Amino acid sequence: MLFEKKQNELTTMLIFSAIVLSMPIWLDPIGANYPDLLQKFAIFGIFAIGYNILFGLTGYLSFGHAIFIGVGSYTAVWSFKLLTMNVIPALALSVLLSGVVAVMVGYVSLRRSGIYFSILTLAFAQMFYNLAYSVLTPITNGETGLQLTTKDPRVIDRMFEAAGDGLPSTELFGISMSGYSGFYFCAVMLIVAFFLSLKVFNSPFGLKLKAIKSNQHRMKYTGYNTRPYLLSAFVISGMFAGLAGGLMAVTDPLAGAERMQWTASGEVVLMTILGGVGTLYGPLLGVAIIKYLENIFSSINEAVLYTLFDFLPVWLQDSMVVIVMPFVGEGWHLTLGLIFMTVVIFLPGGIIEGFQKMKDRFSKTNEQEKLKQGGE
Amino acid sequence: MSETVLKIHNVNKTFHGLKALNNVNLEIEKGKVHAIIGPNGAGKSTLLNVIIGLLESDTGEVLFNGENVLGKEPHEINQMGLARVFQTPEIFPELSLLENVMVPALAKHEGSFKFKFLRSLASEKSIKEDAISVLSSIGMSDKLHNLAGSMSRGDKRRLELAMCLVQHPKLLLLDEPTAGMARHDTNKTIDLLKKIKEGGMTKIIIEHDMHVVFSVADKISVLARGAIIATGTPEEIKGNPIVQEAYLGGSHE
Repeated sequence: MLFEKKQNELTTMLIFSAIVLSMPIWLDPIGANYPDLLQKFAIFGIFAIGYNILFGLTGYLSFGHAIFIGVGSYTAVWSFKLLTMNVIPALALSVLLSGVVAVMVGYVSLRRSGIYFSILTLAFAQMFYNLAYSVLTPITNGETGLQLTTKDPRVIDRMFEAAGDGLPSTELFGISMSGYSGFYFCAVMLIVAFFLSLKVFNSPFGLKLKAIKSNQHRMKYTGYNTRPYLLSAFVISGMFAGLAGGLMAVTDPLAGAERMQWTASGEVVLMTILGGVGTLYGPLLGVAIIKYLENIFSSINEAVLYTLFDFLPVWLQDSMVVIVMPFVGEGWHLTLGLIFMTVVIFLPGGIIEGFQKMKDRFSKTNEQEKLKQGGE
Repeated sequence: MSETVLKIHNVNKTFHGLKALNNVNLEIEKGKVHAIIGPNGAGKSTLLNVIIGLLESDTGEVLFNGENVLGKEPHEINQMGLARVFQTPEIFPELSLLENVMVPALAKHEGSFKFKFLRSLASEKSIKEDAISVLSSIGMSDKLHNLAGSMSRGDKRRLELAMCLVQHPKLLLLDEPTAGMARHDTNKTIDLLKKIKEGGMTKIIIEHDMHVVFSVADKISVLARGAIIATGTPEEIKGNPIVQEAYLGGSHE
């Protein structure tokens, strides 16, 4: 695992890119092929990949990463309002600004470890959330959320052409970022994010982060100043979250404070743990599963359930609908909770661990057969 | 006249009115294995903890190659060339043996902080070779990719020793390297300590087991009730009446 050659990195990247870019094709049979959902996969994928660099490698559990999603979103929308509808400056600023905020939040929170660190990040998350509704309303536009208007200056765009009649849409040098082009843009960003994460995992820097998670005490007496390592990991993950936040604004140019609510931070924790914390692919798997199931379960309503249980006698059909109803639609989080509990109890290492176990079992039987053959 | 690597001067440490270290003065010569022995509660571990910066002493100074280490951060003291093996094995249980040794090797090579995430670990060939050669010197080169946490206690302690050795420290502190080990395990560690003695590295060993002390030490200091009561060669210490008094008569007070 550790000493993967350069070639392996290249192969990994090629396979990964192929899988991501062909999502519209292979997700079609399970009904997940529409840009909205695909974009969600990619955006939350970036969020989770980044989060995993902090939580997965160093073990520091942050409940505040939605802050950076929020900062990224607001920054991108402001860039759309003031500068240009081009997404490149918007995303660059999102990443930069969320990085700056991450330095501040991380610098304070990382003075403590374990549960105290988590509480500090949670406190920051609530603080930013409340600020967005109060003091910062001139920037965040409070409860309405920050939106584009026809009166926005868009200085850079105005240099080239006059304002159109309606609201402009986000674009990349003329390509509109809606529908599939939006998805492909997010997908490329996801591939870049994954590449960076792969580099971190395979670097001495990544190894040291894992060592900090394993035994920070030892690290200090081994000659490492652990604080800057932790802060770097925190800022990297914050910038990934900022990119994800920016992309949310790219695909839908408005920003609201609810993106900064602590539940949004909690969601990424769930995704990472469900897939497999500290593994390269686990968080992505977690994102795909949660977002896909959310999409399915939350769209089921009473009428759908009645058709689903149509084959049953009426009295049984009624009771089945009553039983299942709390788990779908608005109540889909109940289902998520059950899935999460099952995975954590039976596979503490996440779904990736499940795959690993199956692979081990498979290779073990293979080895035994080989031994048998050798003995004969 | 041989060179002094570590000079402990007038060190005092009090815990809630209890004098743990009482005016300790000690000089450690370069290239020697210096053992510190003494009954339980004599202040041996306190002394080590003061040296590596885990505890702050009330007075005095600890000069390492002429530089005061008191008040410095642990990582700074390590970067000066001072490594320590703890009483309970402090390793990275979730990492492989090779990784366990590579991390300290990288610390020696890169310093206390380096943000180099685009460089692949696989390209750190010389560091990997270094780590493997140290692991093979302790007889673990065949399990490079095993998880450190799955090893026996004795192996964990030897791995921790390897993690210190790979840094080629100027001074190595060993806190009871054989505590809690079975006899054959202890002998294995003694052999290892003898083997690394030839390298000429200066070492301080704190140890209960007199068998270990007399097998490896060049010089012995005896600590009793926070004070050094004798320092000398193993033969001198064996025949010293004050030492016998401290060990045998300590409980009569």
